[in-house]
Amino acid sequence: MKNIVVIGGGPSGMEASAQLHKMGYNVILVEKSPALGGHLAKWDRLFPQGVHAGNILEGMISNINGVKYFLNANVQSINALGKSYNVILDNGITVLADAVLFATGFDLFKAEKKEEYGYGIYEHVITNADLENWFRTKNDQRIVENPKRIGFVHCVGSRDEKAGNRYCSKVCCATAVKQACEIKQEFPGAEVFCFYMDLRMFGRGYEDLYLSAQKEYGVRFIRGRVSEVAENINKELVVKAEDTLSGKPLKVTIDLLVLMSGMQNCSAGVKVAGQIGVAGMENDGFFETKDSIYSLQQALKPGVFFAGACTGPKTLPDSLHEARAAALAIHTYLQARDHQ
Amino acid sequence: MGKFGFALSPSSRINLDTLDNVKFAHLIEIEPDVLKCMACGSCTASCTAGKFVKTSMRSAILALQNGRNEEAISLLKSCLLCGKCTMVCPRAINTRHLIISILKVYQ
Ligand SMILES: Cc1cc2nc3c(=O)[nH]c(=O)nc-3n(C[C@H](O)[C@H](O)[C@H](O)COP(=O)(O)OP(=O)(O)OC[C@H]3O[C@@H](n4cnc5c(N)ncnc54)[C@H](O)[C@@H]3O)c2cc1C
Ligand code: SF4
Ligand code: SF4
Ligand code: SF4
Repeated sequence: MKNIVVIGGGPSGMEASAQLHKMGYNVILVEKSPALGGHLAKWDRLFPQGVHAGNILEGMISNINGVKYFLNANVQSINALGKSYNVILDNGITVLADAVLFATGFDLFKAEKKEEYGYGIYEHVITNADLENWFRTKNDQRIVENPKRIGFVHCVGSRDEKAGNRYCSKVCCATAVKQACEIKQEFPGAEVFCFYMDLRMFGRGYEDLYLSAQKEYGVRFIRGRVSEVAENINKELVVKAEDTLSGKPLKVTIDLLVLMSGMQNCSAGVKVAGQIGVAGMENDGFFETKDSIYSLQQALKPGVFFAGACTGPKTLPDSLHEARAAALAIHTYLQARDHQ
Repeated sequence: MGKFGFALSPSSRINLDTLDNVKFAHLIEIEPDVLKCMACGSCTASCTAGKFVKTSMRSAILALQNGRNEEAISLLKSCLLCGKCTMVCPRAINTRHLIISILKVYQ
């Protein structure tokens, strides 16, 4: 039986493993954290329709039934051996893999790097991930009892050369609009503002989400990037931006600011990939695929494959499609290899 | 971190803290579709009156959101109620009706 090592037990890695297992391959799934699920395990409800992340995750976990997986496990070393890859895990397991799939996902941009927004400095500044956590646990000291005004800042660490990320992170507009509606459900009396440069509501159902944020929830969209945030003596946040639609500077004092942190290639994934000469691209740091249209699951190195957010910002459906495509790409590759 | 610029408060600045939106709330009650505007500018681009005097449905809605009520009225006072803006609005807002409601609420 052929061995396939899947690195990363997030949505992409789990879905690809389930598919490969059903196709009859011996899958070894390696996850560095104590649980499966990747970022999906951190989210509460998902755009565009508000489906519960927990239900999706539960379904995915029951679907990988039969796949061998290791938690708290890291790849200690990986090197090419003929047409295979010798993978040694830090738990003592060694596998000679016929193919390796990177499903190492993304790291959330560290919002404290955008010092002008005051994350980690001012009391009431949180990130999109923090807010998901609050929706799940209702436990976060930074969120006051009855906020009167709440602001969302789009493009935090994305579309920002100084932050090192020139690209758009794709999922954060939809996340902001979704969270703006959800926070209005929690605090119906609050005024909610979204500060955006462009609203990228590209997917099926996303424009409806935007429309309902406007019409059902009265969310106010202000086109302009927040330039700076200051804390006043009451620990409220004074937000400054330009309302570029009217060409006038704008000021608003708010009780909670939510930063839409973007996506970056996962540093733990990059570290492993580097050992076999697989690297991120210069322009954005995400892994380089064989081409940009037709072979998105293949690395430049034969036998190495990708799925999910490690090759660029992706939604969950995007990531799951790639996982299935990767399973097929691996199957096709191994069949061709054996008939040579 | 420098708090550059925070001491200055230019008169042109929009200050949402001091915004009185009672009238806007009333407008939303009778014209809920005003919330649907996505600031595309189609209305302004095709405005009949706008060829002669500054007239802009889009800017008027924005001015109301920012509490600049007089500015909004001045942007609509030359409106001929021809309805071309209603024909072009992609969010299907009955802008012609909205203009009448704005004048009722704010004048
Ligand atoms: C704030 C936010 C909200 C979002 N909300 C939605 C939404 O509502 N709807 C939607 O469609 N999408 C949403 N997304 C996008 C979604 O989270 C991603 O598409 C999805 O998580 C990508 O899955 P993945 O498996 O590729 O990566 P990840 O979820 O990042 O999983 C990668 C896994 O690999 C593991 N790993 C990494 N490196 C190694 C290594 N070297 N060894 C072992 N394990 C490793 C990690 O620990 C992790 O478990 C959101 C994204 C953000 C940032
Ligand atoms: S999806 Fe929206 S918030 Fe995220 S980087 Fe792109 S434009 Fe900015
Ligand atoms: S109805 Fe008024 S605002 Fe609309 S296009 Fe005609 S003149 Fe312009
Ligand atoms: S055409 Fe409609 S959506 Fe566009 S700016 Fe005018 S009122 Fe708003």
